[in-house]
Amino acid sequence: MNIHEYQAKQIFAQYGVPTPRGIVANTPEEAVKAAHELGGNIWVVKAQIHAGGRGLGGGVKLAKSIEEVEQLAGEILGMTLVTHQTGPEGKLVQKVYIEEGADIKDELYLGVVLDRAKEMPVIMASTEGGMEIEKVAEESPEKIVKVAVDPAIGFQPFHGRELVFGLGITDKNEQKKFMQFASKLYNVYMDKDAEMIEINPLIKTGAGDFLALDGKMGFDDSALYRHPEIEEMRDISEEDPDEREAAQYGLSYIALDGEIGCMVNGAGLAMGTMDTINYMGGTPANFLDVGGKANAETVAKGFEIILKNPNVKAIFVNIFGGIVRCDRIANGILEATKMVDVHVPVIVRLDGTNAEEAAEILANANIPNVIPATDLADGAKKAVEAAKGAK
Amino acid sequence: MSILVNKDTKVIVQGFTGSEGTFHAEQCLAYGTDIVGGVTPNKGGQEHLGKPVFNTVQEAVDATGATVSMVFVPPAFVADAVMEAAEAGIELAVIITEGAPVKDMQMAKAHAVKHGMKTIGPNCPGIITADECKIGIMPGNIFKKGNVGLISKSGTLTYEGANQVVKEGYGITTAVGIGGDPIIGLSYKQLLPMFEADPETEAIVMIGEIGGDLEIQAAKLIKEQITKPVVAFIAGQTAPKGKRMGHAGAIVSGSAGTAKEKMDALEAAGVKVVVSPADIGKAVKEVLSK
Repeated sequence: MNIHEYQAKQIFAQYGVPTPRGIVANTPEEAVKAAHELGGNIWVVKAQIHAGGRGLGGGVKLAKSIEEVEQLAGEILGMTLVTHQTGPEGKLVQKVYIEEGADIKDELYLGVVLDRAKEMPVIMASTEGGMEIEKVAEESPEKIVKVAVDPAIGFQPFHGRELVFGLGITDKNEQKKFMQFASKLYNVYMDKDAEMIEINPLIKTGAGDFLALDGKMGFDDSALYRHPEIEEMRDISEEDPDEREAAQYGLSYIALDGEIGCMVNGAGLAMGTMDTINYMGGTPANFLDVGGKANAETVAKGFEIILKNPNVKAIFVNIFGGIVRCDRIANGILEATKMVDVHVPVIVRLDGTNAEEAAEILANANIPNVIPATDLADGAKKAVEAAKGAK
Repeated sequence: MSILVNKDTKVIVQGFTGSEGTFHAEQCLAYGTDIVGGVTPNKGGQEHLGKPVFNTVQEAVDATGATVSMVFVPPAFVADAVMEAAEAGIELAVIITEGAPVKDMQMAKAHAVKHGMKTIGPNCPGIITADECKIGIMPGNIFKKGNVGLISKSGTLTYEGANQVVKEGYGITTAVGIGGDPIIGLSYKQLLPMFEADPETEAIVMIGEIGGDLEIQAAKLIKEQITKPVVAFIAGQTAPKGKRMGHAGAIVSGSAGTAKEKMDALEAAGVKVVVSPADIGKAVKEVLSK
């Protein structure tokens, strides 16, 4: 789960990670009020969406008067912001963050993520703030300092020294401030079960202070049960409604741009099914894992969600029945076709325990739309043919 | 022969009396697994499925001599259960539970390593040595005995792969579902050499997926140490970047962890890489009839 910049900064503030002062606003009027409250004579109006690259997309603007704050907030609120991370459809801006202007001397990068190979969090820092870290990693990896922190000992001064010397920070006072900054950020990461934190840019002010000018946080979904305060920050409008609906029924769904709907048990086999369709010359319309308990209700829900996509020309149901026997799944699928109006060909491949009985059930049911398949290759081939025939 | 578990392996179940634990322990017993008891706090002294229940893992180990634990406790208690097993002298914990927080697994795995306990999973189907010992949730009847070792991040792809191998007239020595979480226990790197050393295993199937770099590490190791033929499939060639494909660890972040880079690395290491999982069986036949 991800949160907005303003929410990440609220969390930072709780842990003493310094940020510029700011106030979130839903309307231009609120933006004006926020600017008055913050005081000063320069403000930044920032679109709040869950995607990077907002500045380049026109979602972050500098205002030099209250009137300008109002005007810019009016422009940004309600705009559909397109960045390299939103996809071409963009994202609707519903909130802006009004922030006091900052005296930027240097722009740095600081992030914390899980290093899967080391199996511990790694702090990444770079002098190339403001740039996409992926790009820096590709073009000049030597400019990224990586320091893994063993949770058993936590953030120690030597971790901090590795960071500041790696970044070339020489002023002792600045070294101390940066080390404290990183240490606090590590605490945020651990305490909140974050999956990633990214501050890009982290700025050094003219006075030699470090401030989080941006803030991005993602959380481990499996740990949200112990963080109701994070769960409360969830912005449903940032999530795909179909993915969300599927999740409520225990289905894992991701829309793609092809023509063959897929319904599969197990994430690996679901990806493998997409790959096989592609290999056979077709295009998968979605990823859908119905989980371990494929029954009439979950399959019916799956059909419903898949068929919301108007591009779907055929559906490939690929189930490997293990402990759940195939004959029971076959009956479930037949029942599901009665619950939902399935107007495209449905290719059904059931393999595993009691596969032969299942094949018989499907054959005897004699539903014109339901085409049985003998194995994965056969099913994928038939699905690709059905989709082509439907054109 | 086989790897890690066989007919003599004594197994306890943590979370023995819960609904999942009960159902699957019953299936494992029916398969022939030597489940010698289970652990459920405050139910010590009772009997469940005809086996003794203990309050702590230490009591269970002392009374039964169990060396392996099958973990079915709910996600929030997984780390606790695994660390308890490690301190009680369990040699291998097979963690079936899905949805354990990553931070918990970091801590639990580090503790397991410190105490010399191996782990498999979490969020995995478990391990099975055909006709001898099933510790997990896989359908045992698919795994006919044979000469192919199998390592997989995905549950149903494990079944798919094993089924194809059997249909081609071969069979399985041991199959290990390692799970697709960001932090897992035994992985290709540890399991490949075990299969290399197992005299009964003549070929190895490895099934991977997008995310992380375990398959890349495996490719390096295969090049240096593995002489037996390896067949590999990497799921997620058509997965979009930045999207989590069901498994917590199955995500391409930026340009890292793509199926293509893994397939290329494995191919370069001499592995027979198939583009579709539908070809696993055929590829095994090909490498074994050479």
